[in-house]
Amino acid sequence: MVEVNLWSGLRKFTDGAEVVEVDGKTVGQLLDGLVAIHPGLEPVIESGISVAVDGEVITGGRNTPVEPDSEVFLMQQIKGG
Amino acid sequence: MAKDEITKEFKWIGTTPDRPDGLDKVTGRARYGADFNLPNMLYAAVVRSPHAHAKILKIDASKALAMKGVKAVVTRADLPEGLTGEDLYLQENTLAGEKALYDGHAVAAVAATSQLLANDAAKLIEVEYEVLPHVTDVDKAMAKDAPVILPDCADHTVPEGMGPNVARMIEFGRGDLDAGYAEADLVHEQSYTTEATHQGYIEPHAAVGQMGSDGKGEMWVCTQGQWFIRKMCSAVLGTDPAQLRVTPSEIGGGFGGKTTIFMEPLPLALSKKAGGRPVKLVMSRSDVLRATGPTASASMDVKMGMKKDGTITAAQVTFRMQGGPFPGASPVGEALSCAFACYDIPNLMHVGYEVLANRPKCAAYRAPGSPMAAYAVESMVDELCRELSLDPIDVRLKNGVKEGSRASYGPKFKTIGLAETLEAAKSHPNYAVALGPNQGRGVASGFWFNHGGETSVSLAISEDGTAQVSVGTPDIGGSRASIALMTAETLGIPYENVRVNIVETGALGVNEPTHGSRATFASGKAMWEAANQAIKEMCKRAAQKWDIDPEAVTWKDGAAHPAGDNAGQFEPMSIKEIAAEMGKTGGPISGHHESTPSGAGPSFGTHVVDVEVDPETGRVTVLRYLVTQDAGRAIHPQYVEGQYQGGAAQGIGWALNEGYIYGEDGRLQNSVFLDYRVPVASDLPMIDTVIVEVPNPGHPFGVRGVGETGITPPLPAIANAIHAATGARLRALPMNPPAVLAAIKAMA
Repeated sequence: MVEVNLWSGLRKFTDGAEVVEVDGKTVGQLLDGLVAIHPGLEPVIESGISVAVDGEVITGGRNTPVEPDSEVFLMQQIKGG
Repeated sequence: MAKDEITKEFKWIGTTPDRPDGLDKVTGRARYGADFNLPNMLYAAVVRSPHAHAKILKIDASKALAMKGVKAVVTRADLPEGLTGEDLYLQENTLAGEKALYDGHAVAAVAATSQLLANDAAKLIEVEYEVLPHVTDVDKAMAKDAPVILPDCADHTVPEGMGPNVARMIEFGRGDLDAGYAEADLVHEQSYTTEATHQGYIEPHAAVGQMGSDGKGEMWVCTQGQWFIRKMCSAVLGTDPAQLRVTPSEIGGGFGGKTTIFMEPLPLALSKKAGGRPVKLVMSRSDVLRATGPTASASMDVKMGMKKDGTITAAQVTFRMQGGPFPGASPVGEALSCAFACYDIPNLMHVGYEVLANRPKCAAYRAPGSPMAAYAVESMVDELCRELSLDPIDVRLKNGVKEGSRASYGPKFKTIGLAETLEAAKSHPNYAVALGPNQGRGVASGFWFNHGGETSVSLAISEDGTAQVSVGTPDIGGSRASIALMTAETLGIPYENVRVNIVETGALGVNEPTHGSRATFASGKAMWEAANQAIKEMCKRAAQKWDIDPEAVTWKDGAAHPAGDNAGQFEPMSIKEIAAEMGKTGGPISGHHESTPSGAGPSFGTHVVDVEVDPETGRVTVLRYLVTQDAGRAIHPQYVEGQYQGGAAQGIGWALNEGYIYGEDGRLQNSVFLDYRVPVASDLPMIDTVIVEVPNPGHPFGVRGVGETGITPPLPAIANAIHAATGARLRALPMNPPAVLAAIKAMA
């Protein structure tokens, strides 16, 4: 299981949890697992987010591998100029 | 100034050869968007709303269409229905539907055989409006009784009971704010505002589009991202993106404003209606300012607590940012994430609201959101430092993030260089210059994430042993030079033997635009992979000639060498020799790489500015200016310095003069450069730079993007300097002479 850290504004979709344990070996599996546990997160994830794995911000990298002890954060999607 | 932990000798990286586009640009040979012409081409003009908010009752183009030489008119009725989300907003912004949503919103477009005819025909298109109440101010747009811009714009994040124009709410934080404030010796709370500013690129948007009735088309366009143009235009027009080939022109500045579309679908729509004749559309400066994306205007509250020793114990922000009339355009999410990114603070809260207003649709502008956030937070840090008589650099060093610190937005930082930029600023001679009467010094730091993004690169070895590199990231800040230098370093050939071409959408896989300071990082990283593929193949060709194992060949100084004595005694085989024979030894030699690279190391910078304020007029003169910023590795140091100076210059303009001015009627009052005052060379001192190099472990040469962070610290640094000079704290931008004078008088 991997601990996924959410931003606090998402607590309303997760019964108050800011950290959710999800089974998965890739970023994509974690996101799918999150939605399976808390379906209210689906529009948030669908509308675009960034994911940080062990300090690296991953954009669009659903196949990025994660380990059970990886530190995973969901973040606001970042655009640049 | 190298502070390398990874020491490596380079032959080409770190040198400053002539830029590959220099001669073309100074001789006028470079082809920008408006320079492109085709046989049988038509010219377009756009009819724009004179109202900030109005229902469109009727559009009558019959008089225009009756003119000789007029070939097509398009309105929203010519575009497909049924789009949703961002595609719908792009379409709405291209041509207004039921309502015009801001002054300058396009309502119709016409194509004719000459520009004069098109302009005259546009005047004959009659539009009947019902003017509606409007709102352009972000705080007024938040109100519950504000005019409704888009019904039901709120997404799932917005709580019940908010005003009708609140489209999104963001909230994140950590720790215990109350406990943090209780630990502090000083707690301050203030509000700040910034006005919208435009990227101010010299080249207006320009495109030539051609599309047949079969939906196949081509476009030549000034853009930061040809694949985004392809995707977005096709979405707006309901056509197949694979059938649209987009070629980017040379680009006269973008700064984020050319990462999206504004008028670009119109030449294609007009061409399709005009039997496939190519159509050219070039925006005027006034059109650019009224109807392309500036950045957001912002209203921000900041609260921070600090101990007497400078330790920041708790901090929170509430940001309200309008991004025009459509959801998703405001950079409030980025602003929140940047707000405290320079600081390691245990107790934090960020709240943000994205608000719709009757203004043009925002686009990215250099570190979107970060300059506004820095203005509020770095001004507040300065207020606390002054009240506690603490040195602003020492306080930033005390609280600044370093490797292993948890970022304010969640994850832990890897190798970063904020402390090194602060040390560089502190030890720079500018920081020790004695100041005179009415003079003051300001300090601020800034941050940008940097970005990887979808990237595809191809590298081909030519028959003469030179290299051609095809990249999909338009060169807005020197990436052709930096990629050529990295190619030369990797292949071991002279810089002059590398040509980097920015190619069209048919030549490579999808590339994101040049945004997020990613071109040198991402295209450079992909080039390195592609070049190593080509090297592997060249080693194989040499091995075949020598009849040895390919693994027994190494590449050095532009030639294949036997790996050691056991590999055999052979004279090195140069790239030129291998390339000359490649047609007979297996065919062309090339390399490709496609990826969405991670590892774009974050960028930090620190600025120190000295100003003099005329107490009688409020005019602020920038006496000296210092930028210290971490480049990871400066591939072409002059270009890096140029990015630092350019960012500072734009930030100085934002701080002192620039800003959208709307009248009571909701119309933009300063839509030309005479009235929208960007700084020119005579307004600025020499901007001193220190290139700090803390190599990014996520890049083969240590590169971090350098394009964006530089615009972030000037806003607060100048506010802090004005306060030091006058005692007046300006909490609203721009800090132009009337505003500064009023603040000085208010103190008296």
